[in-house]
Amino acid sequence: MPAIFTPKVITANALIEGDVVYLTETDTWSRRLQDAEVLTDEADAQIRLIDASARTDEVVGAYLADVKPGKPGPKPAHFRESYRAKGPSNYPHGKQSEAL
Amino acid sequence: MYRYTDFDAAFVAERNAQFRAQVERRIDGSLTEDEFKPLRLMNGLYLQLHAYMLRVAVPYGTLNSTQMRQLAYIADTWDKGYGHFTTRQNIQFNWPKLRDVPDMLDALAEVQMHAIQTSGNTIRNVTADHFAGAAADEIADPRPVAELIRQWSTDHPEFQFLPRKFKIAVTGSPNDRAVTKAHDIGLRMVRNDAGDPGFEVIVGGGLGRTPMIGKVVRDFLPEADLLPYLEAVVSVWNLLGRRDNKYKSRIKITVHEHGLDDIRARVEERFALLKPAFTGVDQQLLASMKADFAPPAFTDRDTGPFDLAYANDPLFRSWADTNLSAHRAPGYAIAQISLKAHGATPGDATSDQMRLMADLAERYGHDELRVSHEQNIVLPHVHKADLPAIHAALKDAGLATANIGKISDIIACPGMDYCALATARSIPIAQEIATRFDQLKLEHEIGDLKIKISGCINACGHHHVGHIGILGLDRAGVENYQITLGGDHTETAAIGQRTGPGFAADEIVPAIERIVDTYLSERTSAEERFIDTFARVGMTPFKTALYGEADKRAKAA
Repeated sequence: MPAIFTPKVITANALIEGDVVYLTETDTWSRRLQDAEVLTDEADAQIRLIDASARTDEVVGAYLADVKPGKPGPKPAHFRESYRAKGPSNYPHGKQSEAL
Repeated sequence: MYRYTDFDAAFVAERNAQFRAQVERRIDGSLTEDEFKPLRLMNGLYLQLHAYMLRVAVPYGTLNSTQMRQLAYIADTWDKGYGHFTTRQNIQFNWPKLRDVPDMLDALAEVQMHAIQTSGNTIRNVTADHFAGAAADEIADPRPVAELIRQWSTDHPEFQFLPRKFKIAVTGSPNDRAVTKAHDIGLRMVRNDAGDPGFEVIVGGGLGRTPMIGKVVRDFLPEADLLPYLEAVVSVWNLLGRRDNKYKSRIKITVHEHGLDDIRARVEERFALLKPAFTGVDQQLLASMKADFAPPAFTDRDTGPFDLAYANDPLFRSWADTNLSAHRAPGYAIAQISLKAHGATPGDATSDQMRLMADLAERYGHDELRVSHEQNIVLPHVHKADLPAIHAALKDAGLATANIGKISDIIACPGMDYCALATARSIPIAQEIATRFDQLKLEHEIGDLKIKISGCINACGHHHVGHIGILGLDRAGVENYQITLGGDHTETAAIGQRTGPGFAADEIVPAIERIVDTYLSERTSAEERFIDTFARVGMTPFKTALYGEADKRAKAA
């Protein structure tokens, strides 16, 4: 039995603003994790990542991040991704304060 | 202060123009990220968790009011109205947009500042004692030497692709406030038996995942030999340093692997070759730099206003007792402005606070400010008569916290609130510790105690040399904090020892409280500092306080 594949999303930083973005099903980049496409097949995830990484004029440093699928959208599986999805804890800056 | 020559201004302007074009080519797609990354790093631009970060050098921590105001202007115009002062005397802006960075660099150049070599595998911003030129215990002002090193190392053609970053610190005082023993090269200005000025050269110190205390490679280097000797050290390491493994690439590992004697022999051989190439131009430059850093015109005034406020205002007295240091000139003091208000982010200043500090420096402080590696701001030359007015102005701006050197004067790296390398958060831990001990009203009872927090093994928060060091790690997907005790960042530098297993985020503040309670009950008197008590009683009582008797017995069995 192969190891169970943990569901993932593709995330990166936007080229100009530097903020955290997620790849959606329609191949757009969203600022919100809940809009992200959840990838449940490893081979599919790798191909999607290769294509996303090629979009170098839009994003920097694309990678696969573990998530927990849910409603209305996926939730971070690791605390690092929680902080990326929210913003810093010492000021209300970043995503937590921006109208999305 | 040193002023840019036409050559300096033209050099910075050209670098900024090059970087502007590089940013444009990145945005229009002609440069890939792989091509662009080394270029942006050479100019101090990182990409962090939530945004880009621009690290600006404050050379040897010295700046004037015009420069501080420009930092405030940059914070307001292109960032979120604040800046973060770092343990290497730099300032970081956490929210710039890529497109705006060339304008930020041009704004810096207007006040003779830049971000060159604040990142990348180069010789970084040279740091120095933040009391330079002011301290009563100083042998000589280290800043002319630091400026000479800066000019020598900036865009040095041989040293643009080093095995790894390279950090130099200089102190002119026997009381080391520049952490020279934790630098790739530490320079201590000394005099030999004949009274000639020179340097004790310390090599191979560093923190990070393999902390090492620097070793003396030359106990007396004549002043005139400084640059050829530095060039010899860096070029020996440039060839020997491990490029196959970035965890083994710093000079501390090279010295460790080859041995100090082998490195010394190679350096001396190289030095003999290089020395004739230095024909004395460097010494002419150094002489003119010494004139640039001539002390200000101190005045002889009555300290009556100070004495009156000290006698009558308990808040002022507490601040004066805690935040002032001895100045070389009679009637003067060195005043530290704490950027560690209880519950605030260590090292952060708002643009309004920056402007106020600039105003105070201009009005009362011979137009000088310093950034300390402990992430505070220093007014190095203030007359005691002006201190009551300075204190009142600081109080109104939330800058009068009387905690320098105390438990809430915490060094903390940005941690996982900003840094892409971090494995845990640092800032909230610092905020909670400071808030907790402020509530307990124990801070001044505890006395001198250095807590230093890093959010990963790279140790930007200097945790190894904190009296109490805290290291944030990711343990199975949960933030976990290891504690070290007994670290020392001064001339008696030492690496702290781990207490044992780490603590969860909600357990770390109570753990620090147990350590402090143990110190308070173990110390012989209020005069015995935490670090001295630890040296006397050792780890055992602290371990027992942290992990209990049962744990100790289990380990002994």
